[in-house]
Amino acid sequence: MLENRQSKIRNFCIIAHIDHGKSTLADRLIEKTGLLTEREMKDQILDTMDLERERGITIKLQASRLVYKKNGKEYILNLIDTPGHVDFNYEVSRSLAACEGAILVVDATQGVEAQTLANVYLAVEQDLEIVPVINKIDLPSARPDEVKKEIEDVIGIEAHHAPLISAKEGLNIEDVLEAIVEYIPSPEGDEEASLKALIFDSYYDSYKGAVAYVRIKQGSVKRGDKIMMMSSGKTFEVNEVGVFAPGPRPIDMLQAGDVGYITASIKDVKNCRVGDTITNANDPCDKALPGYKKATPMVYCGIYPAEGEKVENIRDALEKLQLNDAALEFEPETSVALGFGFRCGFLGLLHMEIIQQRLDREFDLDIITTSPGVIYKVTKTNGEVLMIQNPTNLPDQSEILYMEEPIVDAKIMVPNDYVGNVMELCQERRGIMLNMEYIDDRRLIMNYELPLNEVIYDFFDALKSKTRGYGSLDYEFKKYVKSDLVKMDILLNKEVIDAFSLIVHESKAYSRGRVICERLREVIPRHMFAIPIQASIGNKVIARETIRALRKDVLAKCYGGDISRKRKLLEKQKEGKKKMRQLGSVEVPQEAFLSVLKYDEK
Amino acid sequence: MKEIGLYVHIPFCIKKCKYCDFISYRQNNSMIDSYVTALTKELSMHKNTLRDYKIKTVFIGGGTPSILDINKLDIIINQIHKNFDINSRAEVTIECNPGTLTKEKLKFYKNIGINRLSIGLQSFNNEILKFIGRIHSKEDFIDNYNKARNAGFENINIDLIYGLPNQDMKDWEGTLKEVIKLKPEHVSAYSLKIEEGTVLYRLLDEKKLNLPSDEEDRDMYHFAIDLLNENRIRQYEISNFSKNGYECMHNLIYWNNEEYLGVGVSAHSYLNQKRFSNTNDINEYINFINRGELPIQMEEYKNKEDEITETIFLTLRLNKGLDLMKFHDRFQVSILDIYGDKIRKLIDLGLLTIKGNHIRLTSYGMDVSNQVFVEFL
Repeated sequence: MLENRQSKIRNFCIIAHIDHGKSTLADRLIEKTGLLTEREMKDQILDTMDLERERGITIKLQASRLVYKKNGKEYILNLIDTPGHVDFNYEVSRSLAACEGAILVVDATQGVEAQTLANVYLAVEQDLEIVPVINKIDLPSARPDEVKKEIEDVIGIEAHHAPLISAKEGLNIEDVLEAIVEYIPSPEGDEEASLKALIFDSYYDSYKGAVAYVRIKQGSVKRGDKIMMMSSGKTFEVNEVGVFAPGPRPIDMLQAGDVGYITASIKDVKNCRVGDTITNANDPCDKALPGYKKATPMVYCGIYPAEGEKVENIRDALEKLQLNDAALEFEPETSVALGFGFRCGFLGLLHMEIIQQRLDREFDLDIITTSPGVIYKVTKTNGEVLMIQNPTNLPDQSEILYMEEPIVDAKIMVPNDYVGNVMELCQERRGIMLNMEYIDDRRLIMNYELPLNEVIYDFFDALKSKTRGYGSLDYEFKKYVKSDLVKMDILLNKEVIDAFSLIVHESKAYSRGRVICERLREVIPRHMFAIPIQASIGNKVIARETIRALRKDVLAKCYGGDISRKRKLLEKQKEGKKKMRQLGSVEVPQEAFLSVLKYDEK
Repeated sequence: MKEIGLYVHIPFCIKKCKYCDFISYRQNNSMIDSYVTALTKELSMHKNTLRDYKIKTVFIGGGTPSILDINKLDIIINQIHKNFDINSRAEVTIECNPGTLTKEKLKFYKNIGINRLSIGLQSFNNEILKFIGRIHSKEDFIDNYNKARNAGFENINIDLIYGLPNQDMKDWEGTLKEVIKLKPEHVSAYSLKIEEGTVLYRLLDEKKLNLPSDEEDRDMYHFAIDLLNENRIRQYEISNFSKNGYECMHNLIYWNNEEYLGVGVSAHSYLNQKRFSNTNDINEYINFINRGELPIQMEEYKNKEDEITETIFLTLRLNKGLDLMKFHDRFQVSILDIYGDKIRKLIDLGLLTIKGNHIRLTSYGMDVSNQVFVEFL
């Protein structure tokens, strides 16, 4: 009987490159299994965050339980959605660990891309059964046979039975459901053993507290059970267990093989960390589940309250975001220019951008972010080794024996027309080419070693721009290497503004310094005094611009006694002033911090 | 009895200038008829409003009031006298455009009590005049100006604009020297501001406008101040200059934050701690008046704080500045007790100065006066 129950469960996820149709397929599967009428279907059900819909990518994991009837049998298909960007490999790995299989969606017009490869390898590492699906076959440029061959050649998995579908048109979706039941193994957990549940995602609900998304690996859990978080030993009483249909729907019990959620009045978000194992406090299992990769931030920046914003609000928001996002790290820091704030660690630039935008949109916070940086390894003359991610903490040049910077292995997939552009870009970014391999007769993968600090400085934008959007990038940390790095300071009106300081390669310092000074000159309004903007290394000024003093700011006319209009103009001006950040004697608009980072097409 | 200024708006022009964003319509006789009828009705509707006031200034502005027929203006002036108490020494101004004044018209103006003309010259450069959409030449102006003198007008203002497209210092110097030769009692010199919705705004947006830089603009401004001062046409407000005793009394009402009533489309008023304005739409204006309703579009009640703020940013426009004693008499509080810190900061920045019982803008303070005013909001 027990095996019988689990034999009708399939836990799977969908792997795809951005825009290859993952979310659309997920919607179709939900639609097809009859949980929702067509009218109830929002455009893309699984991507719930506005931000994701805007960008057309999935960031946050979501799960859904599908009921699929076939030959009189009823199967429970638990679909776990995964993010689709290089920055979110960690989140992908979490969802993979909760599954037995993965559907690999490949665009019939685009074929296999670098990103697809990276995620497939992650799935293979987790021992998942991979079911390829070829999407967008309705498009005139679809080439399903070539793509099948590509999947077999490049990835090395069988693809001849891959369903040919169009998620957009709802074509052959049934084949996908059949393939899931046919090829993905059912779970095989011991239902009688003590509880072992894997938290693969969580979110904070203001009424229920932290909601843990779990995969029950063994045992069972129900309302009233006393549970324990294995990493902390903290115990809670279960309020509710349920499944996703696709919204939360309470049920009596979750058992081995199930995917669902648990709430237990967990007020402190730190007690519901993704990656933790939940067990029964009265009957604990012997050891926690393995297999979760610890997410390691690679990119750091400072996040500070803008004028008029409270630092506590930012802390609260970061804590809430951290609940859903185990990869987000932060700790308090203080900047001379910006006051109290947080040093935050991210998986990559996109991750950073998304967190910044969520702070703005979901929490309505006004924040300032400093230039992103990476972790440098500094060996001091006294033999001490420091890991430095905030340029301000860099020891004096005289105490430094040498510095090392992180190097990544970068895979850049690109149509052959753009090879020259990409080589030029990587060369300019201090890259070293390892090799180049053809995927087919028009596309190739270029393998490069690139310094991470070059990658995080607008590399994505530059790559997109230089390959007309066709280039894709995947990278992972490789090693630290010795490098000629210097700390560059930016001075406004002769005062060092620590928030603008950054560590750069010596060969890049002059050009970066020049660009930053130019951009600051463009965005900082004229003051009542001339403002020199300087970039310096140590005491040596390497670039300089000047904002000339304000010469004119006057309402000349009388407007026929329309004093209200005058007053409104002045009020508007005052509003604008309020949004400025006082850095030393200079008022700087928020956008100054961003403009320093933007890619400049030359 | 309290004193007040009366503003009458005549929103018609032969052609709209390319920098203008005031409410004005093309000359159209039937529309002018209904407008003047409505205007006379509005004046009578305000009879009670000004029951306790004596009018010390009348300003007929536009648009181009001087395009009105003599009989139309006669109706308006009669209506003003019929409904309100006018000081016998009141300053009565009409705005005129060069090319619209005739001997007969000027004689008539004189007869009905108009004692001040404000003529919009803007520039002595015919090419620039054409470019900014003026309908007259400098020759038209000289002709009309002389006619006005001959008709016996002894208080004439000339309106100028600097910082115009394609204008340089030399051109501006030429304009100023020609103006000084004519010995006007009053000069207004405005820095061109490109307002949204104007032709120049569009040209600027399309990068088809060659404008002087802020630096050149300020050089022109200071050149004007110096040259006019040397010729005894002294600066008394950011953009205004006059011979002694010829300051524009009507505009001084605005700058001293005193009361005025505006009639006509889009006209603004300040009365009993309340600012209000009429609708911007001429048809709506006429319809409201015909129904016997005042066409009020906006009303703002001013508390003491607002009044203080506005008094500060208006009186500081004057060279004389803000009179500490008058301020205290009016508000029963010292400005230094409210804004001492800010004032000290602005003095340190070289924007304000205190002399005798006045606070005033420095020369640089006038260049960047908005930076000063925002501190008092």
